[in-house]
Amino acid sequence: MRALALPAAAALALGLAACGARTADEPEAGGTGTASGSSCVDTSGDSIKIGFLNSLSGTMAISEQTVRDSLDMAAEEINAAGGVLGKQLDVVAEDGASEPTVFAEKAEKLISSDCVAAVFGGWTSSSRKAMLPVFESKNSLLFYPVQYEGLEASKNIFYTGATTNQQIIPAMDYLKEQGKKKVFLVGSDYVFPRTANKEIVAYAKANGIEIVGEEYAPLGHTDFSTIVTKLKGSGADAVFNTLNGDSNVAFFKEYKNVGLAADTLPVVSVSIAEEEVGGIGVDNVAGQLTAWNYYQTVDSPANEKFVAAFKAKYGADRVTSDPMEAAYTSLYLWKGMVEKAKSFDVAAVQEAAGGVSFDAPEGTVTVNGENHHIAKTALIGKIGPDGLIYTEWSSKEPIEPDPFLEGYDWAADLS
Amino acid sequence: MDALVSQLFAGLSLGSVLLLAALGLALTFGQMGVINMAHGEFMMAGAYTAYVVQGIVADAGVSLLVSLVVGFLVGGLLGLLLEVTLISRMYRRPLDTLLVTFGVALVLQQAARDVFGAPNVDVRAPTWLSGAVQVLGVGVPKTRLFILALAAVCLAALALVLKLTPLGRRIRATVQNRDLAETSGISTRGTDRLTFFIGSGVAGVAGVALTLLGSIGPTLGTSYIVDAFLVVVVGGIGQLKGAAIAALALGLLQATFEYSTTASIAKVLVFVVIVAFLQVRPQGLVSVRSRSLA
Repeated sequence: MRALALPAAAALALGLAACGARTADEPEAGGTGTASGSSCVDTSGDSIKIGFLNSLSGTMAISEQTVRDSLDMAAEEINAAGGVLGKQLDVVAEDGASEPTVFAEKAEKLISSDCVAAVFGGWTSSSRKAMLPVFESKNSLLFYPVQYEGLEASKNIFYTGATTNQQIIPAMDYLKEQGKKKVFLVGSDYVFPRTANKEIVAYAKANGIEIVGEEYAPLGHTDFSTIVTKLKGSGADAVFNTLNGDSNVAFFKEYKNVGLAADTLPVVSVSIAEEEVGGIGVDNVAGQLTAWNYYQTVDSPANEKFVAAFKAKYGADRVTSDPMEAAYTSLYLWKGMVEKAKSFDVAAVQEAAGGVSFDAPEGTVTVNGENHHIAKTALIGKIGPDGLIYTEWSSKEPIEPDPFLEGYDWAADLS
Repeated sequence: MDALVSQLFAGLSLGSVLLLAALGLALTFGQMGVINMAHGEFMMAGAYTAYVVQGIVADAGVSLLVSLVVGFLVGGLLGLLLEVTLISRMYRRPLDTLLVTFGVALVLQQAARDVFGAPNVDVRAPTWLSGAVQVLGVGVPKTRLFILALAAVCLAALALVLKLTPLGRRIRATVQNRDLAETSGISTRGTDRLTFFIGSGVAGVAGVALTLLGSIGPTLGTSYIVDAFLVVVVGGIGQLKGAAIAALALGLLQATFEYSTTASIAKVLVFVVIVAFLQVRPQGLVSVRSRSLA
């Protein structure tokens, strides 16, 4: 009996372990419901309800907790300064549990039974895609604070993170400016890296840059010796990195151990922010490049205030990062829209949204009334030995959001 | 030529990582027949041990060596605790052990998250392990050479213990025929405990070694547990020699496939090869011939 049961149990063991390695970023089909349904938002009292929906459990909790922290801080600040249209913000907080289906359920609950005026949150594209039909069919508002792969614009969502032409394309512009001719692409094997790399390949073709390699590692991949060997043999003079999570650690340790160095073969990363640097180990990434729209070191009075307030509230050892800043900004942008519209009504807010701007920690940002993204300044940063990221290059001006890359001839065949 | 040498080395290196991860399992699963899903979490415990030790011992080189010893003890004691409290109650019920230890694995992951926080932590590699050395004209990372050597030492030590020491004889006797061993006066309970201690301790050592290559997080173990079981199953249950050959073969296969295709396709191809191989040799590379009826 035992002899028979063992192989069967071993097979089951393998299955169970494989289930443990779930990924958080698979895309899901997003519907496009039509706007309908009447709002139950109560504007009679001296407070107004808003919803915060972030993952506080599951794999994404590490990242999304930081966004929740900065949202909480923004709400406190706004309340202390007199609220919005004279009403105090009454926050209804929910946990998205790193599951797109839970995000959709909780969004529905926030809109229909809590009757919130707007919802702030979401991180993975799959969570956003799952919530999109809910917000469209209930005709409510979602403020989404994370850079993403573009190719989306819903009138019920405001995207306060970067779209591709505010992050990835400026990063390529920077490499081109530095005279880089041979770029190697490495990414995790899922939707964001593959979409981003499609755009990079098209950009490279139009700009005389050669893509000397394009490698994808399964999410959670831990051995990068072969990919780094390919990288070394490729003759690349720059690397564009869209790896996600833990894989970055294994990749950078291998990169450093085979004797590659940032000054001769720089790696530009789009998913490493201040929060992640500590976990990867500063020694392993110091000198490497990142592409974002905000760093803790940005020199502006608004940022000085933001960083000081954040550290005072959550501790001196905490850092601020791009998604946290975008979330903080999103609450102020909503406040600006409501005050311009003089109403909490969704249609009135949508009407008023275009042109609303805010002196954000990253600099002045302005809402685009057409596609509901915001104009942001692109910043290429260099990771310093202290674990903070310092601006190396800036687009100077805020870049108008172009989620479908309509303004780029080379992008005509994409999407 | 350079590419060939460096891929050959990448394969050996990957094989040595697999071997370290699988050695402990070869003892507990292979010799005792216990499917311990928490084996990966013992590795995770070893990795966090390295992190804690580094907080106490400032010098990265010394702390790595101390960690290897402390990691062995931490992994071993965790294993011993698991054996005494849970597994000892369900020998000969592999499916129950599987589920129970899977639960223990989840508990340990959450415990790590609560104690050390959800974000990953980092262990600094000692300076004498940073950079690369030239072997046959290609740069080979010193960390990987270190892990290769460590795997070889662990394998040799385990093989010696099993072959030459009285404990090893008792373990082999218990594996081959538990009832006969018991009637011959061997305390099979004591033997089980010690075997489990050693097997789990080796997992702790593997965890310490892995800090040189990747990140340390609560789910570190889940990345390795499947591969570790594969190595033991392909190698042939009950044999260290089989596990060693299987680990190196799988490492070389993965590296070769990955070089000529992509990392994702290589994983699939390796699985296809394993499935095909197990069709031909379901008992694995090396099998124990014994007269036991178990």
